[in-house]
Amino acid sequence: MAEPIVVCKDLWHTYSGGIVALQKVNLSIQKGEIIGVVGQNGSGKTTLVKHFNGLLKPTQGIVLVDGEDTAPLKIQYLSKKVGYVFQNPNHQLFARTIELELQFGPENQGLTAEAVIERREKAIEFFGLQDIRQSHPYRIGFPLRKLVGMAAIYTMQPKVFILDEPTTGQDNVTTRTVYRLIRQLRDEGSTVVCVSHDMILLAEVVDRVVVLRNSLIIADATPREVFSDYEMMQSTHLLPPQITRLSRRLKEPYGLNRAALNVDEMVEDLTLKLSKVAVERS
Amino acid sequence: MDNQKPIIEIKDLSYTYAATEQYALRSINLSILEGEYVALLGLNGSGKTTLQLCLNGVIPNMVMGEMEGEVIIDGVDTFEYPVREMAKTVGMVFDNPDYQISQLSVAEEIALGLENIGTSYEEMRKIIAEVLEYVGLPGYEERSPYALSGGQQQRMMIAASLAMHPKILAMDEPTSNLDPIGKEEVFAVAAKLNKERKMTVIVAEHEVDVMAEYADRIVVLDKGEMILNGTPEFVFSQVDVLQKIGLRVPQVTELAYRLHQNHSIQTDGNLPVTVDGAEAMFKSLIGK
Repeated sequence: MAEPIVVCKDLWHTYSGGIVALQKVNLSIQKGEIIGVVGQNGSGKTTLVKHFNGLLKPTQGIVLVDGEDTAPLKIQYLSKKVGYVFQNPNHQLFARTIELELQFGPENQGLTAEAVIERREKAIEFFGLQDIRQSHPYRIGFPLRKLVGMAAIYTMQPKVFILDEPTTGQDNVTTRTVYRLIRQLRDEGSTVVCVSHDMILLAEVVDRVVVLRNSLIIADATPREVFSDYEMMQSTHLLPPQITRLSRRLKEPYGLNRAALNVDEMVEDLTLKLSKVAVERS
Repeated sequence: MDNQKPIIEIKDLSYTYAATEQYALRSINLSILEGEYVALLGLNGSGKTTLQLCLNGVIPNMVMGEMEGEVIIDGVDTFEYPVREMAKTVGMVFDNPDYQISQLSVAEEIALGLENIGTSYEEMRKIIAEVLEYVGLPGYEERSPYALSGGQQQRMMIAASLAMHPKILAMDEPTSNLDPIGKEEVFAVAAKLNKERKMTVIVAEHEVDVMAEYADRIVVLDKGEMILNGTPEFVFSQVDVLQKIGLRVPQVTELAYRLHQNHSIQTDGNLPVTVDGAEAMFKSLIGK
C-alpha cells in the first residue's frame, strides 16, 4: 500500500573540513505523507533535506528518490521531482511580475507555451493569487511573497515539496492558510517535508515528526509520540504546544490517557472528565 | 505606580504614509509607565511596526507621511526632537538582523552608536565589554557579526541598543527567524533588562503563548486602531473579539473558553492564559 518516495539508508554526510553533519540516518518517507523535520540550527536538518533534491550527495550510504539512487543523478533532473521552497522568498524570486515568476520554471523545463500557461494558471488558482498576478513580487507583503515562492515550485509539479520554515513571518490568518495549502498539496498526491519549528504545525498538520540533534535522528514517530516524550524534547530545547504541556500537567489529577495535540482533543477529554465529576457530586 | 509619570504618552495619534489614503494608525491613545513590558499584537498590516517607528521619532521625522496627534517619550515631543538624540532613549531591534548589521566585527557594530555621540575610545571599549557580557556574549568583540547564530545576532543588536543606555527597548518580531533556543535567548535577555534595570520593553509579536508568559500588558491593533489594552488575562479573555479580527488566544485560554461555552465549567471573569494558571484552575475544579 504505502510506497516510499524518499529513502535514506545509513546516510552520512561529512563536509570538507571534516565536520560530520549527518550520521547513521535511516529514514523512509512514503508517498503522500506530510513530514515535519525539527531540530536546532546546526542539528543537520538542512543537510538532510538537501540530500532529497540532490543539492548534496551522501559521503556514505544511499539516498533513493522515487526509486533511483541520487548519487549519479544531476540536480537538474532531481529538482523536477523534489522542489525546495526557501525560508526567505527573497532568495528565490526575481521576475518582474508574479505571472512571469510562475512561468519561469515550466519554461525552463521546456514545456510548450500552452502548457506553461496552464501550469501558471493552475498555480494562481491553487494559491489564490488572482488579485496580484500582475504585481511585482517585491511590491507585495512578505506573507504573500512566501506563497508566491511556494507557487513557483508548484508550477514544476514536483512529487515532493520541501518547505523550509513555511510559517515564519506569517500572522495567525496567513499561518492557517499555509496549513490548509500543505494539506491540499497532500490531497493532490504530493509528499510534503516541512522543516519547521512551528510546534502547532508539527502537532496539527504533519503525520510524522523527525527530530534531529547533533547530526543524529533521535526520534521519528507520530506527533503524539514525539510530544509525549518530554525528556527527549527538552534534551534538544523543543517546547511542545501549550495545550500539550497542560495535558501533561493534568494527566495524573484528571486521569487523562493521551497527550492532547490540539484544543479540540483537550476540550473532548476534559468535558468527559468534568461531567463525571459533576455526576459524582450530585 | 499610581502617581508615576508615563515614559510613553501617545495622544490622538493618527498616521498616513505618503501616497496612501488609508490610516496606518488611527486615533491611538496610549500611556506606558516606566518598567512595563508591553506586547503589541495584531495581524500583519495592523500598524504594529508603524507604532514602533513613532516611538523613536523615525516617524514623523524620516518617513514621508502625515501625522496627527502627539508622541511624548520621556517628556520629549518626538516631533521636535532629532532622531539621533532619540536613539539614546529608545533602542530598536528589528525582525531581520541582516537589515541592521553593517560592520565587520561585533565591537564595531556596537561602537556605531557610541561613535555618533562622541564617546571616547577607552570609554567605548569599557561599554562594549559590559553590554556584551550582559547579553551573554562576553569576549565576542572581534567576531564577525555574520558568523553568529540568529539568536546571537539579535542579542548583539540588543547590546548595541544597550550601549546607548536607552530607557525603552522596542523590538519588532525579534524572534521570527530564530530557532527555539534563539527565541529563548532573546526573550530571556529582554526579561532580564525589564526586571533588573526596570527597562520598558515593547515587543511586537505573533506568538501569543509566549507573550502571555512575559508581558504585563497587551495592546491589540486592528487596521490601525487600538481595540484592546490591558493585562494578558483581561485581553485574552475577550476571545470573541480577538477571533473576529483573526487573532488567536493562547491555547489554554481557548480551552477554558470552550469548556465554559459547553457548560463544563463556570467562569465569571478572566480566563487563564499560561500553563501554570490553567493548571491551577483545572486542579481546583476537581478539588486537587
